[in-house]
Amino acid sequence: MKRIGVFICHCGINIKGTVDVERLTEELAQYPGVAYIENYIFMCSEPGQKLIRDTIIEHKLDGVVVAACSPTLHETTFQDALEEMNINRHQLEVANIREQCSWVHDDIEEGTRKANLIIKTAVEKLKLNESLTPIFASLTKRVLIIGGGIAGIQAALDIADGGYEVILVEKEPSIGGHMIQLSETFPTLDCSQCIMTPKMVAVNKHKNIKLYANSELESIEGFVGNFKVNIKRKPQYVDPDKCTICDDCTPVCPVVVPSEYDEGMGWRKAIYIPFPQSIPATFTIDTENCLGFNPIACTKCSDACEPDAIDYDKKPEYFEEEIGAVIVATGFDLYSVDNMAEYGYGKYPDVLDGLQFERILSATGPTGGEMYRPSDGKVPKEIVFIQCSGSRDPERHLPYCSRICCMYTLKHAKLYKHKVHDGQPYIFYIDIRSGGKRYEEFVQQAVSEDGIVYFRGKVARIYKEADKMIVHGIDTLTSKKIEIKADMVVLAMGIKPNNSAEKVISNLKLNTDENGFLIEAHPKLRPVESLQSGFYLAGTAQGPKDIPDTVSQASAAAAKVLALLSNDEISHSPIVAIVNEELCSGCGICVSTCPYGARELDEIKKIATVNDVLCEGCGACISVCPSSAAQQKNLTDEQILNMVKIYSYL
Amino acid sequence: MKEQFTPKIVGFLCNWCSYAGADLAGAAKLKIMPSLTVIRVMCSSRIDPNLVLTTLLLGADGILIAGCHPGDCHYEKGNYYARRRFALLKKVIKTLKIDPERLQLSWVSASEGKRYAEVVNQFTEKIKKLGPNPIQTKPYL
Repeated sequence: MKRIGVFICHCGINIKGTVDVERLTEELAQYPGVAYIENYIFMCSEPGQKLIRDTIIEHKLDGVVVAACSPTLHETTFQDALEEMNINRHQLEVANIREQCSWVHDDIEEGTRKANLIIKTAVEKLKLNESLTPIFASLTKRVLIIGGGIAGIQAALDIADGGYEVILVEKEPSIGGHMIQLSETFPTLDCSQCIMTPKMVAVNKHKNIKLYANSELESIEGFVGNFKVNIKRKPQYVDPDKCTICDDCTPVCPVVVPSEYDEGMGWRKAIYIPFPQSIPATFTIDTENCLGFNPIACTKCSDACEPDAIDYDKKPEYFEEEIGAVIVATGFDLYSVDNMAEYGYGKYPDVLDGLQFERILSATGPTGGEMYRPSDGKVPKEIVFIQCSGSRDPERHLPYCSRICCMYTLKHAKLYKHKVHDGQPYIFYIDIRSGGKRYEEFVQQAVSEDGIVYFRGKVARIYKEADKMIVHGIDTLTSKKIEIKADMVVLAMGIKPNNSAEKVISNLKLNTDENGFLIEAHPKLRPVESLQSGFYLAGTAQGPKDIPDTVSQASAAAAKVLALLSNDEISHSPIVAIVNEELCSGCGICVSTCPYGARELDEIKKIATVNDVLCEGCGACISVCPSSAAQQKNLTDEQILNMVKIYSYL
Repeated sequence: MKEQFTPKIVGFLCNWCSYAGADLAGAAKLKIMPSLTVIRVMCSSRIDPNLVLTTLLLGADGILIAGCHPGDCHYEKGNYYARRRFALLKKVIKTLKIDPERLQLSWVSASEGKRYAEVVNQFTEKIKKLGPNPIQTKPYL
């Protein structure tokens, strides 16, 4: 019989607080198969791991159960410790007595009883674990990056510079994301476009980057190292190879619609280039508004186009690409201002959200950077900014802090003051969160030099009187009611995952948290990886963050991908299906059940087989096998049954 | 006096969604009734009907199978297999004179720690009401 060592972690008081580890140690010492048992304050620490390593030699152990936190956290840590002692990593089992025991129970009796059961099941499973070696598969040294904002761009450039091919997919006609819409960036006030456009051009020129703009991911199959993706390029109706960007088409187009790039503050035609520095630099026809799809109604742009680049009959194109890893950088959208009816958005044209105000500030915006308000084109003399619009409001809106609004509001107020010297910005806030490098200095400078007035409190309501917006609020520091006759109100909307990301993320089968942000493999130690291997996270798709953090995370994701791609082969979990040839009748039910095509019938032997490389180890084929010929390595029916017995015989 | 009934419930949790949801419930320090103990499987489709029946025949008072929400299965369609199998199993269990309510299938995603706690607590309450499993085979270890 296997000599199993059981190591119970106190995790400080995290486990010890609800589980009587000493009693547990005594109780389990008698359990059949347990050759050695010990408890220690932090098993994951180096002394804890050394304890395991030393005990393996001293007590000639050939299997280890660590009763500690969830296996997602430290399974590999302890597996590595075993491997150092030349014991196969599959001779380790983790008994999750923290997340699924001590943390969810109060009573020490119940906690100890349950920990006892959990550890026994781990021991039972371990008794029948086989030593397995990883399965090696080839690796496609190309990466798919979804999202062409600053996160996707940074990751693409880093990986491409590392010598590997990148497939960059962007759903909009141009890359650039939200960052290209910004006027200036905090806290340095450098022009966003000036720092962004060279990177966009670099993407376009890089020999290792293949850009699919106006495209979406249709489907993905395969596993880490060997994915096959299908990319749909939506028709732009303008042939980029023929188009000379002469812009003869837009003046003749009779359809005028609000510009997405200008957040509805400006206008564009139905044939348009999103913004002058668009990459790829091509015009696009917006099918929803163009009249040309009814050729009798209009063919003006086509008539005006000398190189004959316009083709109304263009169909979507589909591309197959093989890749080894995916970076998800789908970004954010502002929390919809439609939810903020109490602040008069939609009713009063001079109530704007942060990105709209950004466009008014921008030199490339609809006002050319001059400060005019949308309703009547007057220069606003008093502006009220409302922070935490939609953020930190668990009852009605987003529960979390969107992290960037304090700083972008301050930047707005500052830039406004730089444009309208006699203007007065007021900011309503809950707290000022200025936790980035040079952020606090930025705040202090704004208050002392720019004369920005801060009120700590929320705005109760906004209504219109003549051409002013009357803003009612309270300053909680002085307990005084505040009433401001403002010319303009800017809502510092919080951020949420990109509206169109949900579809992509569910396509990729990635996990999201309750707010829709992607879940990282470990909140502290593996912040750029997904638990699903082969998937990496970058930027605001994972959580609200500012530009420096987004860029850092994108580079970190790129580094992880580069590390993956520098291997020549990829190891694949050996927890796969196996077939007992003597029992298999060759009925083929498993073949039709397998979602991965890993099951095939051997025509000569008349039995079912498993392709180890394709098998993902789900176990679907095992439950359908009528003769129990199919089993899952290290999770056989016998092992599960032995675990069940522990629970049932109380 | 009647001894208070502590049910024995086995929870088969899929690795990708429900097990992570259970971990999240722990990380959020939600309070969960201690009668259910977890067996982690890779996918809800791994749960062989034989295993469910044997578990009930061995005397478990309840079985919870939890997997990813429809459409979210890590293995594309495993939870659909589980769902179909579950519908049939409920009928089979009846023929064994076991209340089909002792078997529950729930979808719990990796973000639904709170939901996991609710599912387990409600199911435990339900099993407490149903009382001990009438089939109490003696252990044959």
